[in-house]
Amino acid sequence: MVGEQTSLETKAWDVLDKVEDPEIPVISIVDLGIVRSVKDIEGHLHVDITPTYSGCPATQVIEDSVNDALHHAKMEPFTVKTVLSPAWSTAMISDSGRSKLEAYGIAPPADESSDKLALMGEERQIKCPNCGSHDTKMVSQFGSTPCKAHFKCNDCLEPFDYFKCL
Amino acid sequence: MTATKESLFDFLLHLGDNALVLGHRLGEWCGHGPVLEQDIAMTNIALDLIGQSRNYLDYAGALEGKGRDEDVLAYRRDVLDFKNFLIVEQPNGNFASTIARQFYFDAWHLLVLQQLSESKDERLRDIALKSVKEVTYHHRWSSEWVIRLGDGTEESHDKMQHAIDDFWMFTGEMFEQSEDEAELQKDGMIYDAPAVKERWMAEVKRVLDEAGLKMPEAEWMQSGGKTGFHSEHLGFILAEMQFLQRAYPDAEW
Ligand SMILES: [Zn+2]
Repeated sequence: MVGEQTSLETKAWDVLDKVEDPEIPVISIVDLGIVRSVKDIEGHLHVDITPTYSGCPATQVIEDSVNDALHHAKMEPFTVKTVLSPAWSTAMISDSGRSKLEAYGIAPPADESSDKLALMGEERQIKCPNCGSHDTKMVSQFGSTPCKAHFKCNDCLEPFDYFKCL
Repeated sequence: MTATKESLFDFLLHLGDNALVLGHRLGEWCGHGPVLEQDIAMTNIALDLIGQSRNYLDYAGALEGKGRDEDVLAYRRDVLDFKNFLIVEQPNGNFASTIARQFYFDAWHLLVLQQLSESKDERLRDIALKSVKEVTYHHRWSSEWVIRLGDGTEESHDKMQHAIDDFWMFTGEMFEQSEDEAELQKDGMIYDAPAVKERWMAEVKRVLDEAGLKMPEAEWMQSGGKTGFHSEHLGFILAEMQFLQRAYPDAEW
């Protein structure tokens, strides 16, 4: 989102920022880093989006939502393309996205070394989004969706999802 | 298609079919896992694999240029046209069997994807770069279970050792390289099979040692999956997987 934006591009980013992730509806697909680029090429809008995981069932839903949102905003002509490169990574989640995840009860991805330790079963790596305690433990590397691992907090005893590094 | 394109097409089908068939097998555990977390783990891995398969088959279809998309390639080919390894079509058996199958495959898969992440073929490289991150998780999961079961109770140890021994004969095929693949490798497009074998042996030994399990020694190996000679199991998988598209071609919902 750096450099000179045409007014069409600015408008498109605004529209896309209101498209929610279907599985985590508090965070927009822009915050999640799924929208990779928006380009105005002589009045034709080209939007590239990227899947989080190869098999993420939300990918198709997201592509449809993007098409719908751009259509409702009367942004024709536009083309939405799903690209694999550069591969999506949790580093693409914005700071505001991270805070929104935490407020929603999902622990945002930790730095890479804590993430690795946490997923190897090391305790006290991930902060509980419910009470803020670090006395937490992984239950399973795989959680409710491909992007999450399942944790529990030893202090408040609540289970929670952790958005694992990718 | 040029000879190179044809070789690459076959190789993409091979990768796509491995992922598709193993994904289907893991999906059979849905609702039957030993505990909920592991049920979810297996279906998550299945989802990753099926997603990866779509990427390969989509590319294969584009390369072929005859209008066959990923769905046509997945649902309208018959047993003889599938190029997956025999190991991935073997039945789930007990949980230890599923783990042994997964562990052997993941160790191979991870090494191969690491090498394909440097492929000179840009689209293959992009798919590998995406998949390698996911397969790192798969490999960690299956290795941990080999260790947990091997180093667990007497019963879990015995079951794990049996499974490791039973699936061994399906591992030889993972290091066979066809002449076409050797050509692709020379062009820097695919992986180096002997190098993968060496690292795979070391990795398998490392995990089995930690699990207190014995490395199998049998030398006789099964072979044929890559060239379409499958075990009796694949036909049953396809019958289930392809039924809808065969009975109602182009059905959508
Ligand atoms: Zn807590």
